[in-house]
Amino acid sequence: MHQIATRAVDWHAIREDFPILRERAHGHPLIYFDSAATSQKPRAVIDALRRYYEHENANVHRGLHELSSRATEAYEKARQRVATYLGATDAEEIVFTRGTTESINLVAQAWGGKFIRAGDVILLTEMEHHSNLVPWQLLAERTGARLRFVPVLDDGTLDLEQLASLLTGEVKIFAFTHISNSLGTINPVSELCQKARAVGALTLVDGAQSAGHLPINVEELGCDFLAFSGHKMCGPTGIGGLYARAEILDSIPPWHGGGEMIVSVTLEKSAFKKAPHRFEAGTPNIAGAVGLAAAIDYIEQLGRPAIFEHDSNLANYATQRLSELPGMHIFGPTKQRGALVGFVMDAAHPHDLTTFADQYGLALRGGHHCNQPLMRRFGVPGTTRASFYFYNTTEEIDQMIEILSAAVRFFS
Amino acid sequence: MNAEIEELYQEVILDHSRRPRNFGELADAAVRVHGDNPACGDEIHLGVKFDAGGGLQDIKFTGHGCAISQASASLMTMKLSGKNRAEVMEMLQAFHNLVTDERSEAPKTLGDLVVMRGVRKFPQRVKCAMLAWRAVEQALEQGTGEASISTEPA
Repeated sequence: MHQIATRAVDWHAIREDFPILRERAHGHPLIYFDSAATSQKPRAVIDALRRYYEHENANVHRGLHELSSRATEAYEKARQRVATYLGATDAEEIVFTRGTTESINLVAQAWGGKFIRAGDVILLTEMEHHSNLVPWQLLAERTGARLRFVPVLDDGTLDLEQLASLLTGEVKIFAFTHISNSLGTINPVSELCQKARAVGALTLVDGAQSAGHLPINVEELGCDFLAFSGHKMCGPTGIGGLYARAEILDSIPPWHGGGEMIVSVTLEKSAFKKAPHRFEAGTPNIAGAVGLAAAIDYIEQLGRPAIFEHDSNLANYATQRLSELPGMHIFGPTKQRGALVGFVMDAAHPHDLTTFADQYGLALRGGHHCNQPLMRRFGVPGTTRASFYFYNTTEEIDQMIEILSAAVRFFS
Repeated sequence: MNAEIEELYQEVILDHSRRPRNFGELADAAVRVHGDNPACGDEIHLGVKFDAGGGLQDIKFTGHGCAISQASASLMTMKLSGKNRAEVMEMLQAFHNLVTDERSEAPKTLGDLVVMRGVRKFPQRVKCAMLAWRAVEQALEQGTGEASISTEPA
């Protein structure tokens, strides 16, 4: 860890903590601008995984031997770490899942299956990732509930003037993203949660793009559910979580059945553990949870306010530099954006641009970003996206501009 | 300039992507196929008219997509005009080999289409190159009316 003082982080030096950043791609130094898809992992996380497998690996919650105690302790300590990180009152409000998608499916299927009836309204927004859209479509189809959507304005923000007419008493849950993965819009979460609560609706926040990027406190946000993925915040793939307010989590019936989640089983029926264990059937991703806790420790040493400030500076700098290029169209708000920029260039289709950039070691993402309805809303088949994390630098952004300028010359 | 990029985006391809040939509606088409590459958002609308012997008399397309998909469609329509069914199917197979198989030696019949060979180094772009060909394959199979195909079968 290369922290000089409590505030000042040497952002260039911390690149040394990420072994993969020394890789080359197609003979060029790697410029990794796809952290919104998945972040890279610091050595501290990679070491934590190795340490777990070398010294603690066993199954949790049932072995009576030393290693099982170590594994159980590491797993439950990780749960506590996540709870503290998110500002949850109690570790039992955290369910470990494979990630954001599974967390949202848990709520849609288990909570929705019990509480959603024909005619109820599920309120979403036009900017949701498919993972916060498709699970609700499936639920609506099964139950006869209706979906409603808060529109997105041309500047990439939500049309909050329409909210009053959409957020009515029929709405049982309002599920929305904290930060849009293709526009970078940061939504006013507390305000939205407060308004939902006023009409008796629950709220689910998709924290996939925010959990590793800015300070989050679920108590202050006032949300009922928050879903997130470990792999987008320096953690391993295949681990993530769901925060759910205790009294709500306790009211939700089991989701997956199997070992770990039961108290007693007869051939006819079973009694289930209390939350969160009731929702963690089968052997969980123990190493993943340990790695996630290490990722949180790493992020917290840098400090989320400092990370947010650094990421915002990168996004602002990239937006400004990109806008100097000819035929450039940038999507999303001009101020206050998350650590990503989505754009379209007249000179080339997003896929041609992405292929071109890749040959120069620059990893961008081209396509619909699991946001097909949003792309349709803006009348484009897809965009090119550059997404950043704290290990990126303004020098890398300058190099991106060079590469994109070369692409303009090549394709025009 | 990067060699693989030069190989993929040959001048002929860039030219066809900027000014696609046979681009437009075919008023009296016997069959119209809508082709869709949902992973990329590429779309093609292909119209085909057959001659008395069932060969391709006229073929036109509209749509949007990356340079590879647009150039591939443009080059294909030029190549297939006047070809009979067996020749089209043979060419489709040869073209598929050209863009997927590192060791494939392009048969002479492919002619200009060999400019597309750079795609073989970019497996994720094969669907872009094949979209128009999948549409024409469907047009032959269906023969009349309207049809749609997708590179991601549901």
